[in-house]
Amino acid sequence: MVEMVTRPYAGAFEAYALAHPEVLCLSADLTSSCEIDGFRDRHPEQFVSLGMAEQNMMSFAGGLGLAGFRPFLHTFGVFLYRRPYDQLIASVAYPRRKVRLMGFLPGVTTPGGMTHQAIEDISVMRSIPNMTILETGDATEVESICAAADSIDGPVYCRVLRGSVPRLFDSPIEVGRMRELSAGSDVLVVTAGVATEEALRARGALKAAGVSIRHLHINTVKPFDERPLLDHIASVKHGVITLENHVTEGGIGSLVAEIMADHGVGKRLIRLGLKDTYAHGGSRPYLMRHYGLDASALVAGVERLLGRIFGVTEADLDAVRVDAVHSSAKAEAL
Amino acid sequence: MDNAKSTGDVALGIRRRVFEHSIRNNGGYMSQACSAAEQLAWLYNEELRLGEPTLPMIPKPFGGVPSAGNTDYQTGAGYNGPAEPQYDRLFIAPAHYALVAYATLIEVGRMAPEGLEMFNKDGSSVEMIGAEHSPGMEMHNGTLGIGLSTGAGLAWGRRRKGEPGRVWVFMSDGEVQEGQVWEAVQAAAYHAIDNLYAIMDVNAQQCDGAMESVMDARDIRAKFEAFGARCVEIDGHDLEALRQAAREPHPGKPLIILAHTVPYRGMSFLKRRFPRLHYVRFQSEEERADMNGAIAEELGIPPVDYAH
Repeated sequence: MVEMVTRPYAGAFEAYALAHPEVLCLSADLTSSCEIDGFRDRHPEQFVSLGMAEQNMMSFAGGLGLAGFRPFLHTFGVFLYRRPYDQLIASVAYPRRKVRLMGFLPGVTTPGGMTHQAIEDISVMRSIPNMTILETGDATEVESICAAADSIDGPVYCRVLRGSVPRLFDSPIEVGRMRELSAGSDVLVVTAGVATEEALRARGALKAAGVSIRHLHINTVKPFDERPLLDHIASVKHGVITLENHVTEGGIGSLVAEIMADHGVGKRLIRLGLKDTYAHGGSRPYLMRHYGLDASALVAGVERLLGRIFGVTEADLDAVRVDAVHSSAKAEAL
Repeated sequence: MDNAKSTGDVALGIRRRVFEHSIRNNGGYMSQACSAAEQLAWLYNEELRLGEPTLPMIPKPFGGVPSAGNTDYQTGAGYNGPAEPQYDRLFIAPAHYALVAYATLIEVGRMAPEGLEMFNKDGSSVEMIGAEHSPGMEMHNGTLGIGLSTGAGLAWGRRRKGEPGRVWVFMSDGEVQEGQVWEAVQAAAYHAIDNLYAIMDVNAQQCDGAMESVMDARDIRAKFEAFGARCVEIDGHDLEALRQAAREPHPGKPLIILAHTVPYRGMSFLKRRFPRLHYVRFQSEEERADMNGAIAEELGIPPVDYAH
């Protein structure tokens, strides 16, 4: 049974910020939802409340960066780029301020519906010059995200998991280094964030079906080192499948497609994720099933790639992890 | 730096340079010189505590945008002196005032007159809309409304570090239509950022014309006060009023000076274009010649000898 860690960001941020006094904790009225309420209460001198005013927060953070501080902005990912996009470019990205954008509730990990679901954030951030993008896929990556983000000489956007988070890995994020989770020779599966847990759920069923999977987990989306990916693609027979908690345009799937096209890689690519659609409000397992982001969607993708039907049923997949909607690990049901 | 000229002379010099440049280049941001000359002259010649310039008197060409590989990148802030704790900082929030700001740098001896010849030329850092790398600029402000927020963040950080230097933001009244300005005042008041100063050129006009005909901002002073700033209203062409305004006590609050101005002050010919003065283009060669003669006379200089 996988270990579940409760509120991994809370302790990790507090420890990191206390060791680095130039780090400031900025919040936009989602303090407990972003697990920094304890930090606010214990270290008010390092906490800056900026209210529901993200445009000002973004430019204000640019000013703090100009003064030599390294502000960590905490809010839902969607509020870090949709409303304050102009400020993100002019006050943070262009001048390469050391502003750390901690985006909670990536993709469909929230029942909050369209307004709360950051489904195109990676696409937007990838197209911004000077931006670095990190994504966490388990509790260990959440625990190491502060140090990883703060090592970047410039702005960085992070997709951060919160609440009750599984521990899948035993080593911290190394910026720029993908994780090789299995070294099979038939199909390369590339995942990031919560999609990695879904791919792991399908591992046993695919093995039973006789498919040898090579699985990569991406935690550094930008900048991206092409060479290791190309080597992995070269070492599988049939092709590549990407699975992401994001629209398939501009995210991990596009990233892999661009690299394959740039290098003339003549293998098949199947991109799984949100297919040019918004999502709506609902539980994470429901949304991932409904929109084809889960383990069974991956199995279907492998079947499509190989032209075979495995007859895998839901019972053959590892159990879906169901978070309680109302839980002490979360500030509210969002 | 020592004041080589009186502030009134600096203001006159700003109008003359912007006028000459605009006549030669078939138009320009002339009315911004009319409204803002005293404010920028007073800031640079008297009020701001600035060190000696750290960048060459003749600006270097555009040196590339900030990137991980551009290790020689510099902003234009060095024309205002070094970013040391004791010195003030200035942001020009409406970046289309750049021509006026460059003329000010020349008048106070921080940039050579050759700098203005590079204005809006391809490959030059002396850009039409002031960029981070343009002389006297420290950040991009071409998108209106972000200047005061950035100033507030910098001022908060400087106060935290115990730096005595202040942060000044030169603003324009049109930008109060942007909601971010109000977010910024609210935040600066809540965090009691009183080392933040703003002076706003209230010329009552914007790109489309008179503000009241585009989107009336109503009583800006009352609104700033309601959002928690200290706000004083003065005649923006009255140097003594500018001096007094900056002395206004404002403990625990940012100070915002509303400098009411006339956008054709010193170039009365422009009045016939009011309120469409955002960018003055000549409607005919005849008008250009008439304007050249009339404004040159008012500014006490010979007409500009421009190429026809």
